[in-house]
Amino acid sequence: MKETDWRFKIANREALIGLGLALFNFVWWFGFAYGMGSRPVEEYSYVFGLPDWFFWSCVVGFLVIVVLVIVIVKFFFVEVPFDEEDDDR
Amino acid sequence: MNYAVIIPMFVFLLIIFAIGYWSSTKLSSSSNFINDYFLGSRELGGFVLAMTMVATYGSASSFLGGPGTAYTMGFGWVLLAMTQVVTGYFVLMILGKKFAIMARRYQAVTMIDFLKARYNSTWVVILSALSIIIFLFSAMAAQWIGGARLVESLTGLPYNTALFIFAVSVLVYVTIGGFRAVAVTDAVQGAVMFVGTLVLLIAVIIAGGGIPNIMADLLNENPNLVTPYGADGNLSAAYVSSFWILVGVGVVGLPQITVRAMSYKNSQSMHRALIIGTVVTGFIMLNMHLIGVFARPILPGIDIGDKVIPLIALETLPAWAAGIVLAAPMAAIMSTVDSLLILVSSSIVKDVYLNYIKPDADLKSIKRLSFGVTGALGIIVFLLALNPPDLLIFLNLFAFGGLEAAFIWPVVLGLYWKWGNKYGAIASMITGIGSYVFLHLYNTANGNLFGVHTVTLPVLLSLVAFIAFSLLIGRTAYDYNVRAAK
Repeated sequence: MKETDWRFKIANREALIGLGLALFNFVWWFGFAYGMGSRPVEEYSYVFGLPDWFFWSCVVGFLVIVVLVIVIVKFFFVEVPFDEEDDDR
Repeated sequence: MNYAVIIPMFVFLLIIFAIGYWSSTKLSSSSNFINDYFLGSRELGGFVLAMTMVATYGSASSFLGGPGTAYTMGFGWVLLAMTQVVTGYFVLMILGKKFAIMARRYQAVTMIDFLKARYNSTWVVILSALSIIIFLFSAMAAQWIGGARLVESLTGLPYNTALFIFAVSVLVYVTIGGFRAVAVTDAVQGAVMFVGTLVLLIAVIIAGGGIPNIMADLLNENPNLVTPYGADGNLSAAYVSSFWILVGVGVVGLPQITVRAMSYKNSQSMHRALIIGTVVTGFIMLNMHLIGVFARPILPGIDIGDKVIPLIALETLPAWAAGIVLAAPMAAIMSTVDSLLILVSSSIVKDVYLNYIKPDADLKSIKRLSFGVTGALGIIVFLLALNPPDLLIFLNLFAFGGLEAAFIWPVVLGLYWKWGNKYGAIASMITGIGSYVFLHLYNTANGNLFGVHTVTLPVLLSLVAFIAFSLLIGRTAYDYNVRAAK
């Protein structure tokens, strides 16, 4: 049994996707929060009553992440069995 | 005494007891007691898995302390709280399928079982068991105190009576029902939090006369409240960003979260949990902290942060609805405490007793011991919480960040980096906890080093230690395809 378990390849790929998603999440969150939020308060505009930087960073950012998680899980994640095939019990 | 508030909370407790009882009936028909009591036989479905992760993670701090701070700091603190969205998917994606496969292969029931099989070292086991028992025991006691204070403030009962009610309710269902009772009650508690925060947010917006109105009030009072920089303008981008480690990605290293990543049934459960977990975490965190900020113009001048949520609920909702909503922070505290209780108990019974003291114990004595240890732990915590010693409060400060710094690399790199070995793991744990305690003392005295949260440097240092020691001492490649001995 020297050959690499085929499931590990899938597992490694999915872990990398998770890492990438977290990075993207951070950039979106940080970019809008401090990119727009560092202007003087008088220049803020308000979306649904919320300050624009907050709306884009935290509200839209959250929704974007939810959509991405759904897309990733539905289209890129592969179902694999967890139990050992041959010597199970 | 406010009966309209107490009755909904009482009903909530009854439901929780019923679940505990139901779980105990499943337990007695089970063939593998340890696996069932401490891991629910790895049969969690997607919904329960997602909810138990969210609920374990969302503790007193996210339901009382967090919104209380948002009340004082404004939108900057809501921004900080939203770093927690990442936990909804990160833990399950990173540990993911490899952890599920390896945990089954090693027949691991606890995180320490996994470390034991991966590193094959007594020291790794003893160090991790000690840090889990010491730190999580203190964390549990602190939450327990929070729970009692909440019951005290809501019902007007004296602290000791409140503590007694809180302790007995948690103890009963955890002791008789084990992990399955914890997970299923977490699901109910998570649902209560989800609905409770939504109802309260709507009530607060209505009471404040709509969001634009509230915003105008905030701007009037102090324009800094709507910036990302906090009420005094001293919440720096670096500090807020460092919470990505503390409450975001670092959560991968917390044993009470990790053990859940080995408890699910199959890939479908994991996939569903990823989606549900992300939605629920983000939704609860956003609502809860917005409530904190929006409460400010409605009820100005609250100086104890923890009281913001109870007070605003009683102010904006009819008493019976406030009772239902306030069951949410209660649920949050209970669901954190119950997970810690079962985890500390599993460390003592499974990781210490069965590994080193009496490996050949028979089923009957294991059963008795598991119930006994869980119950005894609860009673000790109760007695300590009656009059909390300073040491306990001190240790609790390290429970979160310290354990993250200790375990994140031994778990994650142990899973994906074949060169990781026991020397790296031991060095990483010692460096993580040691530097955390040291830096905590330094930061308390001198202000935050580099302006970031204490957790940041220890996590980096323990990474360096893990890699350096793994490569320098006894370097061997680990073969993940080898079946575990026995």
